[in-house]
Order: sequence, then C-alpha cells, then structure tokens
Amino acid sequence: MRHQFSVKVGPRGFRIGSAWRAPVDALATLYRDYPAPEGGIPDHSVRLEPTSFLRRFIRPSLALGGGYTLPEAAPLPLSLGLIAAEMAMNLQVALGERHYLLLHAATVAKGDKAIILTGESGSGKSTMSAVLMSEGWRFMGDEFALVDPETGMLHPFPRPVSLKNKAVDVLSERVKPDRFGPLMRATPKGDIRHLIPDRASLAAMDKDARPVAILFPRFGQENATRPVGQGECFVRLTQASTNYTALGERGFTALSRLMSTVPATAIDYPDTKTGIAQVNRIWDAAQ
Amino acid sequence: MAEPRFTAPPADCLISVRLDGITALYHRSSGMTHIVAEPVPEILAALAAAPLTAGELLLALGLDDDSETRPALMARIDELEGGGLVSRQ
Repeated sequence: MRHQFSVKVGPRGFRIGSAWRAPVDALATLYRDYPAPEGGIPDHSVRLEPTSFLRRFIRPSLALGGGYTLPEAAPLPLSLGLIAAEMAMNLQVALGERHYLLLHAATVAKGDKAIILTGESGSGKSTMSAVLMSEGWRFMGDEFALVDPETGMLHPFPRPVSLKNKAVDVLSERVKPDRFGPLMRATPKGDIRHLIPDRASLAAMDKDARPVAILFPRFGQENATRPVGQGECFVRLTQASTNYTALGERGFTALSRLMSTVPATAIDYPDTKTGIAQVNRIWDAAQ
Repeated sequence: MAEPRFTAPPADCLISVRLDGITALYHRSSGMTHIVAEPVPEILAALAAAPLTAGELLLALGLDDDSETRPALMARIDELEGGGLVSRQ
C-alpha cells in the first residue's frame, strides 16, 4: 500500500498499510518508543483501505483489511483512522493467535510477578492498569493477557492504553502530556485518548512474569472484595478468552493450571484511590 | 425389550480437573469443555469401566433404586447423552 508502518508489540510484529498518510503518521508518533518487527518481518498485516475509489478523496471513509476481518464492520471516517488501525491490530491477535492463550485482561507486574485484571469493557481494568503504571508498576498490557500454555507464564503485550472519557482526566493528572496521543472526541465509544506505556515497561516487553493474583475489578461500586472460586473463575475466563476453543487441549490445560495455582478475587471500588489500595493489599498478601 | 446399557468414553479420552466443588472435563474427541458437578464424574467413571444399565449404574454408585433417585439419574444420563459424553447401546 502507499503508506506503511511496522511495529513490534511484545511477541508479535505488525505491518499497517494505509491509502492515506495521516493514520500512518499518527501510529508512528504513538509507537515511537516501540521496536520494529524482528528481521523486519511482521506476523500480522493490517490494511486501511477506502470503501470505494471516491471515498479515498471525498468524505474519506475507510474499511479494515488484513488477515482477519469482520465482514459486518461499519466503515469509519478517516478522522478515526488511528482507532481503526488499533481495532484491526486487536482483531488479528484476537482471532489469529495460536501460541498463547489470550485473556481479555490487563496485566501489571513488579519484578517477575504479575497481576491479571479481567472483566467486561467498562469494568475499569484499563484505567486501573494505567494508574498502577503511573505508580511504578510494570505495564504489561490492557487488552490481552498472553498465557504461555507450556510454562503458565504471562508474556507482555503492552499496546498503548486506550483511555475513554473520564479516564483521560484521571491519567492526565498523573502522567506527562507528551505520553498521550491525540484526543479523539465523540467516537462511537466516547472521547478516546491513547496513553503510551512508560519506557521501562516497553524495554521489558520481552520479559515474562508469573501470575500471582487474578482480579475482577468493578469500578463505581461500594468498596468490597470477594474471593472468586476456581469454578466460577474458570468459566469467566473461558468467556474472556478469544482463542480458548481454538487452542483445544492446550487451552484447557493452561487455564486449569492457572486456576489451580493463582487465587482470584472480585474487587468493587467507588474510586481510583480505593481500588489501588485494594490491589496493593492483595498484592502484599500474595507475596 | 432389553433395558438399554450406557457407556462413556475411556478415561484417557477425558481430562478431568477438580475446581472447588465442580469438575472441568475436556473431551479430547470433540474438543469440548464440560463443567459438571457430582455425581457426574462418578457416573462417567463407572460407565467408562463397563457398559451398565440404569439399575446396574445405581448399584455401582451406591444409590437406592427408588422412585426419586432413578428419574434423577436418568435426567443426568439424558444430559450427558446430549453433550456427547454418554451413549446407549
């Protein structure tokens, strides 16, 4: 394609091709601290293409292309090219990954031990992981936890954090302005602004960590914690995985080992400060 | 008409993991995961050892063959047949 950008995130390399320069320039800025794919060869390719010849020039409208696509996905305006590229990159991993068990979760670590934060969209896991990063934790990712079925270790996948609405303000008070991407207002998911992970987290993007706690956060609730049984946790994590079925027996073995070795807790918190205190308490207890 | 006998996959076709009060089963032939509670693992173990009638299965499980227990067992057998974990001969 006319404009291209390549980047490595954790174990996976991406090449993004675009009919327009703007999305590629935005990606190059957002991923400026990331390395290129090893040997220059990406694992996944993504294309941002005009929906028709005219839509390249007049009211530019883009469709997502690549190894994996969603046929029913609605076209997006060029102004949301960065979000489109991020969605397409997520899709390639969600549907294409066959080595690691993927969990829709954020992960943060200290040293070689990590916490998994999982839950539905809007539960607060992305915001919590970004806040913890601002407090010195190593950010391993806010979209996918990559569980190695052979070792049970977590592998980082530290994409930029997609902050939405009030989370943008929460992190703006904690992180320097030059770590943010452009503010995109009134997207289908509200206002969105990307936060670039800190350099220490990116420098450690090849360093595995052992999970020591699984948390199910829920923001905006009364302060409470509850142990989550292995059975409930197993079922919730199969639902949170995009490739559990595709991995077959390896997925079952990986997930059941995670259940038998790592305790799970549901945490409800009314505000960020309370949530951080809960995470720190659980972290301390896991040592 | 002879009473049907039920059978279950050999033990090496199923991976079984205890998770608190329930059991996760991975069925290698179908690639399906099943979450089950007692006495399903015991039913599958008994039927994997030998095809059994409902009466023989109740005996193997140490349960009474009465008007409550037998229908309850048959309901579990029906569910397991639907899930592909039990078949009748």
